[in-house]
Amino acid sequence: MDFWTNLADQFNQAFIVGDRWILYIQGLGTTLLVTVLALFLGVILGVLVAVIRAAHDQQKLGRVNPWLSLLNGLCRVYVTVIRGTPMMVQLLIMYLVIFSSSRNQIGVAMLAFGINSGAYASEIIRGGIMAMDPGQMEAGRSLGFSYSSTMRLIIIPQVLKMILPSLGNELITLLKETSIVTVIGLRDITKVALLIQGKTYQAFMPLIAIALVYLALVMLLTWAFSGLERRLRANER
Amino acid sequence: MNDNTLISVSDLKKYYKGDAIKALDGISEEILKGEVVVVIGPSGSGKSTFLRCLNLLEIPSDGHILFNGTDITDPKTDIDLHRQKMGMVFQHFNLFPHMTVLRNMTVAPIKILKKSKEEAEAQAMALLKRVGLEDRANAFPSQLSGGQKQRIAIVRALCMNPDVMLFDEPTSALDPEMVGEVLDVMKQLARDGMTMVVVTHEMGFAREVGTRVIFMDEGKIVEESDPVSIFEHPKSERLKSFLAKIL
Repeated sequence: MDFWTNLADQFNQAFIVGDRWILYIQGLGTTLLVTVLALFLGVILGVLVAVIRAAHDQQKLGRVNPWLSLLNGLCRVYVTVIRGTPMMVQLLIMYLVIFSSSRNQIGVAMLAFGINSGAYASEIIRGGIMAMDPGQMEAGRSLGFSYSSTMRLIIIPQVLKMILPSLGNELITLLKETSIVTVIGLRDITKVALLIQGKTYQAFMPLIAIALVYLALVMLLTWAFSGLERRLRANER
Repeated sequence: MNDNTLISVSDLKKYYKGDAIKALDGISEEILKGEVVVVIGPSGSGKSTFLRCLNLLEIPSDGHILFNGTDITDPKTDIDLHRQKMGMVFQHFNLFPHMTVLRNMTVAPIKILKKSKEEAEAQAMALLKRVGLEDRANAFPSQLSGGQKQRIAIVRALCMNPDVMLFDEPTSALDPEMVGEVLDVMKQLARDGMTMVVVTHEMGFAREVGTRVIFMDEGKIVEESDPVSIFEHPKSERLKSFLAKIL
């Protein structure tokens, strides 16, 4: 067999035989589902933790709220533990220890990745809040808004816009990291490639193919984020 | 304290770093309805701290502030409620950059006073007309000049129908040719009977519009009187040397 026939045969086995290409599409769906759900959970957790920690740090001297100190402590433990342990270990603990009786792999993966990216996102968002001009908070408060209303209406919208590039970066990392879900047996696009490689004993086609898929997705996200940034900026000029 | 008193300050103190730095060292003051009180003094004299204590942007270390008869320094007082009645204008405008001019002005009336969008916008447009900026209603703050921004900041505060307006060096960050347009708005406001407390370096404004001038130094009120007495017949040596330097 010459080189080209060989390649065609590999392609045939990797994608065509038994309609295997459908498995890739299904795997891609799983990858995207886990990524999107985890992103959603991550941003919510991130904003929550960031606001608690910033509120704690911005308290006026002499008016310290003990509940806020407690919440702040919990948030710090959360960020430390999550950032201090490998993602794969967190996922395994989540699947084999905490939810050992559950076989809902997508749910567990979504939770594990959401909790993980929440810790990283919270630090990005907290950095954004601390970098805001204090005059914005003062202007909001002097109009009669409460701290939380000022955060919600004035600070957070500006912060999210400001940190959009970092959040895009976080999303790209998250998308690629979800390939780790193979260790709990979830059939994402990486797992599909491994399964097919195990059947055909040929690694080249499936692995190069999914690498290209990841690359294309990341390029798409990069493009989408820069478009979003341009649009958000445009309406201020 | 008489019936006309709007803000009553007694023995107000603000210390930093334990009590190493005394930004305010026992200020007592009565501000009556309709007064235009101008606070002057060298930088670091505590005049901005005094103003920022009035709506608790700075928490006083000691002393009491009564606003409309309520002690707002009491931690149990809902300060958000009282701040609605105290408009504040900042040196650096502090407009919300992600909102249009109209939204800057209507967000608080809509969210806090529960006004309808139409009502809030009608009021905002009327105020914009008064300061000659009705054509900028849909602009974003970054599209405005400094003088325009400060005029918007003033009418934004007015949208809450405050009992008093606090001005923290409102013209200090402006290019000289824009100072006049902001002072004109403030003069108009004073003529309409608004109670105002103004920290400023604009001695012309103090002389022309102020009903009372307070001279502060080192966290204390050194001298206070009507503008003519302050500027024509200063009594204390410190005020004399301050005026000699700036006039």
